[in-house]
Amino acid sequence: MTTLNAVNPLASGERLFISGNEAVARGAWGAGCKVMAAYPGTPATEILEYASRMPEMYSEWSVNEKVSLEICIGASLAGSRALCAMKHVGLNVASDALMTQTLIGVGGGLVIAVADDVGLSSSQNEQDSRFWGRFAHVPVLEPSDAQEAYDLTRFAFDLSEQFDTPVILRMTTRICHVKGVVGTSQRRAHNSGVGFSKDPARLVMIPTNAKHRIPLMYQREEKLQRFSEESELNLLKDGSDNRIGFVTSGPVYMHLQEAYPEAPILKLGMSYPVPIGKIRDLASRVEQLVVAEEVEPILEGEIKAAGVRVLGKEILPRIGELAPQALRPAIGRLLGEAPSVEEPVPGHPLADVPEVKVPPPPPGSSLFPRPPTMCVACPHLGIYYCLSKIRNKAISGDIGCYTLGAGHPWNALDTTICMGASMGVAHGLDKGRTDVDKDQKIIAVIGDSTFMHMGMQGLLDITYNRGNVTILLLDNRAVGMTGGQDNPGSGRDIHGKESPRINFAKLCEALGVKPERIHEVNPYELPILFKALREEVKVDDTSVIITNQPCVLVDFYAAKPPFRVEDDKCTGCKNCLDVGCPAIYVTRRETVVKPNGKEKELAFVRIESSACTGCNLCPSTCGPDAIVPVENFIRH
Amino acid sequence: MSDRKITNILVAGIGGQGVMTAAEILAQTALAQGYDVKKTEVAGMAQRGGVVTSHVRFGEKVLSPAIPPGEVDILVGFEPAESLRWCSHLRRNGVAMVSTTRQEPPVVSLGLFEYPEDPVAQMRAANIRMHAFDAGAIAAGLGNFRLVNTVMLGAISEYLPFSPDVLKNVILERFRAHKPKLVAINEQAFEAGRAAQAEN
Repeated sequence: MTTLNAVNPLASGERLFISGNEAVARGAWGAGCKVMAAYPGTPATEILEYASRMPEMYSEWSVNEKVSLEICIGASLAGSRALCAMKHVGLNVASDALMTQTLIGVGGGLVIAVADDVGLSSSQNEQDSRFWGRFAHVPVLEPSDAQEAYDLTRFAFDLSEQFDTPVILRMTTRICHVKGVVGTSQRRAHNSGVGFSKDPARLVMIPTNAKHRIPLMYQREEKLQRFSEESELNLLKDGSDNRIGFVTSGPVYMHLQEAYPEAPILKLGMSYPVPIGKIRDLASRVEQLVVAEEVEPILEGEIKAAGVRVLGKEILPRIGELAPQALRPAIGRLLGEAPSVEEPVPGHPLADVPEVKVPPPPPGSSLFPRPPTMCVACPHLGIYYCLSKIRNKAISGDIGCYTLGAGHPWNALDTTICMGASMGVAHGLDKGRTDVDKDQKIIAVIGDSTFMHMGMQGLLDITYNRGNVTILLLDNRAVGMTGGQDNPGSGRDIHGKESPRINFAKLCEALGVKPERIHEVNPYELPILFKALREEVKVDDTSVIITNQPCVLVDFYAAKPPFRVEDDKCTGCKNCLDVGCPAIYVTRRETVVKPNGKEKELAFVRIESSACTGCNLCPSTCGPDAIVPVENFIRH
Repeated sequence: MSDRKITNILVAGIGGQGVMTAAEILAQTALAQGYDVKKTEVAGMAQRGGVVTSHVRFGEKVLSPAIPPGEVDILVGFEPAESLRWCSHLRRNGVAMVSTTRQEPPVVSLGLFEYPEDPVAQMRAANIRMHAFDAGAIAAGLGNFRLVNTVMLGAISEYLPFSPDVLKNVILERFRAHKPKLVAINEQAFEAGRAAQAEN
């Protein structure tokens, strides 16, 4: 047994306690995969982090998911096995490549590992990636735990080569981030024996060529359909209780076994193409057939279209995980079993509350929330402090830690859609403005990594069309939200080795922003930052304000001696609280009556010196200079 | 507890408190005892002050990785309000091990929400079987706040289906391998946790 961090491919062949993400990386390694690429995205990020520690494979952080897939297409055509990993929304970005790649087929096996964030632990939507299998006519494999993540990843490469197709390995958070015991085996050499073979009729997808490839894709899908019917990947786990038979895939298989150990379950390791014959067989021998799938009723629709009577989302939650506590009330009602009063009311928003005497709310149910906050000393704090002070503005935001600027105390972010959208949305807010908003200032906020992922094109569009947007490009030299991965802005590759660091000022200039409208500022120097922002929002042109301080989570962030509050100097003005730093705490509140008779609420503060990293942001918000350095501080 | 097939441990706290490490140590210990183990690592945006929970399940064969509400055998609560938040997930005869060291989130400090006056009293009022003590003060008394983790593990060690020394040795082995200087102090922290459990 080895521990999580010590990834040593030579130790393969053992039983390991690893997460689904690590299992995918090891499975790919075991299958002789040569190239792995990804853009970080929760819950799939760790796949590439683990892969990067395996020297036999080339691995990289790509600038976006589309590029990562294109790299893997190239590697596959070159004759090697390749895997790209992404979160669910990443496949939207990569889909342009996928939809035509499916016509040309593969050289070496090509696997797309895509992780759906069922339950939205860290995503902007809950889309179901299994749709892409139908749309692109490619098979979808779904592991139900870490062992299967390992096995199916290995198998996916064989399947890809056997049927000349890319393969989607569909994961969910409950696979990616759950550790289990995984039996592994040695790395297999993959040698296709051929290199890149020129074949324009297959590889150059102009209309005349593509036209001939489409029938081949459909033939392949028919073969895969037969394979799905015969394959042991789609296996009936028999049971003695024939009242309900289940069709399921992914982690729901484990939840079902937990909740209904005696029920027959047809578990689809290959959920597309759908093995309708096997499903029909099960339907004929149980009283009722239920399909339990996360999250959309995709199998359900296809089973019903085949004329098989089945229940699905009529009784089961349409959103979120189908954990045992979500399954039990719905299935219990179907079986006519009275819901147990002892059973806690499931937290699921769409789950019907059973019609029984409502038990008192469990202790702790009305507790304060603990929403994510920006880090102590985060370089974004000063940005949002200043933005919150600008009047009559609309701020389009983007995907990253800075999305938290929408929350308290700043309330300084008005839209978040998808990677890079802040640019186009801002331009649209400007061009689409009506008379009521004629003086509104349009501001966009985007991080370095998001800018390179999909924001650059939006900026180009703005400058090309003579737009008027003030852009805050928050360069913190990391993909902060996913844990501080490197990117072209950090000047380091996935292995931490030096690589060219992009010059954002030059890049923005090349994209058409006038040099005098580009400012590089230190986000901890509030007066300078605020001045730049106030001036640029007044200018009728596109401006970019680039911040230049690193994320506090990166390894080269250097903490300075912390600050403290001198109690007798603090006037309770609350100005420092507008910074939103989690190291500043309110110690007491007071209401005073001002000379004009109005009441004013005061809040006196302290700084948690053990958390403060001395970023020097809050002292400049303190009129009475009550925030002072801690003398003779020794950091443990 | 040994008569049940699966042992369910829910570790709850806040990002940065060592919740994940505690869960990993429990999982590794159970593995070394020959159990099948599953452990969730769902932390959401834990790094940014959010709630962190980790589910550790072990037994002959573990299926679903998530502990269903109402089936937690041991709740390891690193913070009193977080313990209160999760205590309804305990089995009727499950036990809560609660550190009373409070950590108020910014939403409380800013006056948007209230921190419950006495989470421990609320749990006692709900007839939760529990031990509550200030693990942070114990750790600080031993010279390092980061020992909270070991204190809490020591405190639950009597409730595990294997002997406390088994868990202690796994912890000490980890330090022996990476930070041998900290072996002795962690042993003290583990024993201090055991004593705190016995006394509270």
